[in-house]
Amino acid sequence: MIDAISHVGVWVDDQDEAKAFYTEKLGFEVREDATLEEFGGYRWLTVGPPGQPDVNIILSAPVPPAIDAETAKQLMALVNKGAMGPGIFRTGDCRKTAKELQERGVEFTQEPDERFYGIDAGFRDPSGNEWRLVQPIEYDIETLQRAQANGG
Amino acid sequence: MAAALERHLLRARDLVDSRYGEPLDLRRLAREAHVSPRHFSRSFRRVFGETPYQYLLSRRLERARHLLRTTQMSVAEICLEVGFTSVGSFTTTFRRHVGVAPTTFRQAHGGPSPADRVPLCFVKAWARQPQGSG
Repeated sequence: MIDAISHVGVWVDDQDEAKAFYTEKLGFEVREDATLEEFGGYRWLTVGPPGQPDVNIILSAPVPPAIDAETAKQLMALVNKGAMGPGIFRTGDCRKTAKELQERGVEFTQEPDERFYGIDAGFRDPSGNEWRLVQPIEYDIETLQRAQANGG
Repeated sequence: MAAALERHLLRARDLVDSRYGEPLDLRRLAREAHVSPRHFSRSFRRVFGETPYQYLLSRRLERARHLLRTTQMSVAEICLEVGFTSVGSFTTTFRRHVGVAPTTFRQAHGGPSPADRVPLCFVKAWARQPQGSG
């Protein structure tokens, strides 16, 4: 049985730039940052939100020898044009958090918008990965549909 | 590391996503991508598989469908809200792409539905017009 998701991977152009973005702008903490000289300088870099220590985001740069140069180029072209992802972050106050992040210079693709499932905004990291920022709202579609059918 | 052309073009596409209600033109979008308008249009199509106008239209129509389903705004109000300047043009375009007039769409799809469980980013992606549909 699988117990939980512990790590998810994100491709980035530049690990230093990504580390600065995820920590200084998003407020995440660095979990691990290890450069393995015996593996050609491979850098294992993970970050995560302070309130969720068991989930880690791996910030990986696609570089040889793990990934050949041509594949890395294709991969990053997909990231750069926004074709990868997205992932969703949860927040208790979407509007407030979005404002804070915008003040720190985060590029928002969408201002907070009220949807049935919550308040939803979108932003990108420097490489082009899109993240959603969602303040969930408890709802029940069947109840809403019944209310509407009854003229509510 | 210098940002790739794709990343600059994505900024222009993001501008469409956030400012679809404004009169965006090629010059404005090209400026966001740091390329000439002529280069922008060609590059945008090559990278994203559709023209900037097609992308803008998809965004406006997706938003219009959302507002028709979830608000009591009039068709004229929605038309202006999503960036069209004439109700006639909006209705014709909506009918061509969605298959029915805005009022008919509202009658058929108004109110909550299981589709509301789907996060907006996925709705936006799937609301794009298939190529060749106009």
